[in-house]
Amino acid sequence: MDALRVIEIKKSVFADNDCDADALRKELKEKGVFLLNLMSAPGSGKTTTLIQTINRLKDSLRIGVMEADIDSDVDARKMREATGVESIQLHTGGMCHLDAEMTRQGLDALDLNATDLVILENVGNLVCPAEFDTGAVRNAMILSVPEGDDKPLKYPLMFSVCDVVLINKTDVMPYFDFSLERCKKYIHERNPKAQVIPICAKTGEGVDVFVRWLKDQVNNWKQ
Amino acid sequence: MHELGIVFYIIRDVKQVAEANHVEHVASVVMDIGEVSTVVPHLLGDCWRWAADKEPLLQGCELEMNTIPAVTWCDQCKSEYPTVAHGRTCPHCGSGNTWLLRGNEVEIREIKV
Repeated sequence: MDALRVIEIKKSVFADNDCDADALRKELKEKGVFLLNLMSAPGSGKTTTLIQTINRLKDSLRIGVMEADIDSDVDARKMREATGVESIQLHTGGMCHLDAEMTRQGLDALDLNATDLVILENVGNLVCPAEFDTGAVRNAMILSVPEGDDKPLKYPLMFSVCDVVLINKTDVMPYFDFSLERCKKYIHERNPKAQVIPICAKTGEGVDVFVRWLKDQVNNWKQ
Repeated sequence: MHELGIVFYIIRDVKQVAEANHVEHVASVVMDIGEVSTVVPHLLGDCWRWAADKEPLLQGCELEMNTIPAVTWCDQCKSEYPTVAHGRTCPHCGSGNTWLLRGNEVEIREIKV
């Protein structure tokens, strides 16, 4: 048997995705399109929060939505019916996250010349989506009150990659042992720069604060 | 849970290197996996077996995994400590002003052909 030859590689498996993501961000900058990557656990209220947000923004910005799920198109249809904005469904084919290449495929299906803001609703999952840069300009995540205020301790990477954390379902706070102060402290231990915005997507409370943040981000990006 | 996606990335990278070096079969792929990389080695191994055997280049190819111990640096008392045992809080001085030095790697170190 021939002796084995060793070829040294020394390369992170995420390196190619990181390159793709940077290239995608550069293209989006040239086109003046802002991409927001929204992440959370399943059932934290991503779709409801987006509907509230988009209905407040759609008169001033041209918006497209990409819904990523393992299967079904229920989110894309719900989004289209509730907001009227262009909404496409991406299937990850069993994978627990989107990467930059999959995001690019989704963007190709939207008319980017007539879009200011694209929102990517990532697969509901607090682990994997945080590992893969999608090429988004900003990352946002939603933590809902029933999930507990200790989640920043358990899923540190997710909280450290996010620019903004929305604490959703504040209306049920009295029924859960959820301390907003404790939660903020845990988030800022992992990510001192993260903005924390309490909202209730069902009643719309606090959504305006997030809308202002998003509008500022989009305007800065387009300059 | 993301191990399958990571396996697809490894396969893509190894294929590129094999092609560039005119290699027809790879005997093993050596990985460096950090202790706090969130990759579960035995799941990565299972996904690897399933996916690698579908590629002629990688049939029967072993995935060797080296664990890189996670080490955190404390900015307060300028010392190192093992991350897994103590997390974000320095065991020497109790400071939370700490950051990970190593242990987050998911790297292809080399291939044997």
